[in-house]
Amino acid sequence: MPGLLADKDRIFLNLYGQRDWGLEGAKARGAWNGTADMVAQTPEWICDQIKASGLRGRGGAGFATGLKWTFMPKQESERPHYLLVNADESEPGACKDRDILRNDPHLLIEGCVIACRAMRSHNAYIYIRGEYVHERERLLAAIRQAYDAKLLGPGSILGYDVDVRVQHGGGAYICGDETALMESFEGKKGQPRLKPPFPAGAGIYGCPTTVNNVETIAVVGTILRRGADWFAQFGTEKSTGTKLFAGSGHLNKPCVVEDAVGIPLKTLIEEHMGGVRGGWGNLKAVIPGGISVRMIPAEEAEVAVMTYEDLQARGSGLGTGTMIVFDKDADLVKAIARASYFYKHESCGQCTPCREGTGWMWRVMERMVTGEAEMSEIDLLLDVASQVEGHTICGLGDAAAWPIQGLFRHFRHEVEDRINTYRARKGSYAGASIAAE
Amino acid sequence: MSVRRLSPNQPASFTFAPETLKAAKQWMANFPPGRQQSAMVPVLWLVQKQEGWVPEPAIRAVAELLGVPVIRVLEVATFYTMFMLEPVGTHALVQVCGTTPCQTRGSEALMAVCKRRIGPQNHRSADGKFYWQEVECLGACANAPMAAINDRYYEDLTPEGLEKLLDAFAAGKGPPPGSEIGRQGSAPEGGPLTLTDPKLFDGSLGKKIKIPNLPPKAGKAPKVSA
Repeated sequence: MPGLLADKDRIFLNLYGQRDWGLEGAKARGAWNGTADMVAQTPEWICDQIKASGLRGRGGAGFATGLKWTFMPKQESERPHYLLVNADESEPGACKDRDILRNDPHLLIEGCVIACRAMRSHNAYIYIRGEYVHERERLLAAIRQAYDAKLLGPGSILGYDVDVRVQHGGGAYICGDETALMESFEGKKGQPRLKPPFPAGAGIYGCPTTVNNVETIAVVGTILRRGADWFAQFGTEKSTGTKLFAGSGHLNKPCVVEDAVGIPLKTLIEEHMGGVRGGWGNLKAVIPGGISVRMIPAEEAEVAVMTYEDLQARGSGLGTGTMIVFDKDADLVKAIARASYFYKHESCGQCTPCREGTGWMWRVMERMVTGEAEMSEIDLLLDVASQVEGHTICGLGDAAAWPIQGLFRHFRHEVEDRINTYRARKGSYAGASIAAE
Repeated sequence: MSVRRLSPNQPASFTFAPETLKAAKQWMANFPPGRQQSAMVPVLWLVQKQEGWVPEPAIRAVAELLGVPVIRVLEVATFYTMFMLEPVGTHALVQVCGTTPCQTRGSEALMAVCKRRIGPQNHRSADGKFYWQEVECLGACANAPMAAINDRYYEDLTPEGLEKLLDAFAAGKGPPPGSEIGRQGSAPEGGPLTLTDPKLFDGSLGKKIKIPNLPPKAGKAPKVSA
């Protein structure tokens, strides 16, 4: 058995799309089983179970899901409550929600119904990124099946009516931020809103809204079916449950896989992903949670475990649990320069530090790639990065700074070598021309 | 942020095709009454499906349809990079993902193929059949490198495989999307290592169960409708 998790404890049983994604197939794999009994309970019971399971948001920030749901008003007023599912998966490295949307959509739809009950809501929208055309078609088809089977809509056989609908975006990473998501949802530019007011008070259309990641919602049904203690037995005290992990970069067999939180990073790579290209000894660095967390070098990757607290202690983060792996041949400076270009491209332009800073950092990073820079510019770059970090409305400014900080924290000597080499080459040219005269 | 401008060459007019209009109305009905502005991105997307790109007269038509000022549509059309603001290739719009995970697995070689066969990015090829661009992460990183061609994902690409795909599109065919090396979705190459237990799929998980941890006396859900 590769990894820590036995097949019987997996939640996403059609992760690779080998079997029927439709309603009948999903029901045979346990989806929609006992849902009526769950939504017959009080919202407090559902929230308490999710709290007891220790489920934390799977979109990157890792906020406790059960607690988040309790922020919604206790009584529905004339302003309806909304659940907004964030399927705007655009973080470089992250490709896990896509497999849920296209291969196990009924787990997500069932999760929407249960989460809506927990928040006294009757309306859920799934905001899916625009490029996921196939995934959107699949999701819409699955929702239609659920309506036809009276699992959704007025007069639901579950005894609690929920409408699940779809909205799609136009290819903007920034819309993964919850307030930008809400702006985009309303048909506007995806520019984040100031908080407060928080979404649970005033979200889409000024109504109480909770934004959750696809994976967070999709695991809810199975947690209630098998019990909070079943979910909480995996992982550590602060990071529980099973989770989808993905690997890309210099791996022999990159893939998406579900395993227990708390799996050692090395086990995950060696047993599920075919190991690092050229063997474990050829590993140089890993970005463990999507590009916006700081990288960790090979010696830390050796002992790191995939939990929120362990990776945070290493100056990185679990993020979305989607790794990018670099072997010794990799040009890390170039990889991070490309990440900087990504942030420059995806900045919404609302806050000056991010709008100007991401472009500036990218241009300096491009010169670092060739070594055409001053030594003092390294500290200047880090200084600017820390000025962008924490001075913007949303987290994109922070996310743009962290990859650069991670690079220089562990591989500053590489950039310095590059600058020296570039200088030395220039110098020898000058020397050669003097000598020739 | 990316600076995006409307093309200087614009058609004189735009009309919704009947099926586009029908689909647009469905999207508008997807949201609460009075909130039809929410349908803006989906409607612009439908326009792009109809025309291949988003021309300026269409922006005005969408504003009229949704009952919003033209500037609201213009700013959305120029904000979201998925909207093409100039005509694209008649046979294929090739969008190669160039972000770090794809870069580490060889997207630069794919872009070299595009450059050689189609020309510089963000321009139509000489014969008007192709248009290519480097795009940011498309969210298929475990199947890198990849390209979206006419909205379909072609994954685990090699330069040779991309050449063949371009040949097929040039011939007016639409090759099936998916992994070039025959991977099953995002499973590891050679087949899944997990989810092999037959008990998961014999239907036993669909049998009636008792939900654990229920309170002693289960309360009834209030009879309320949406």
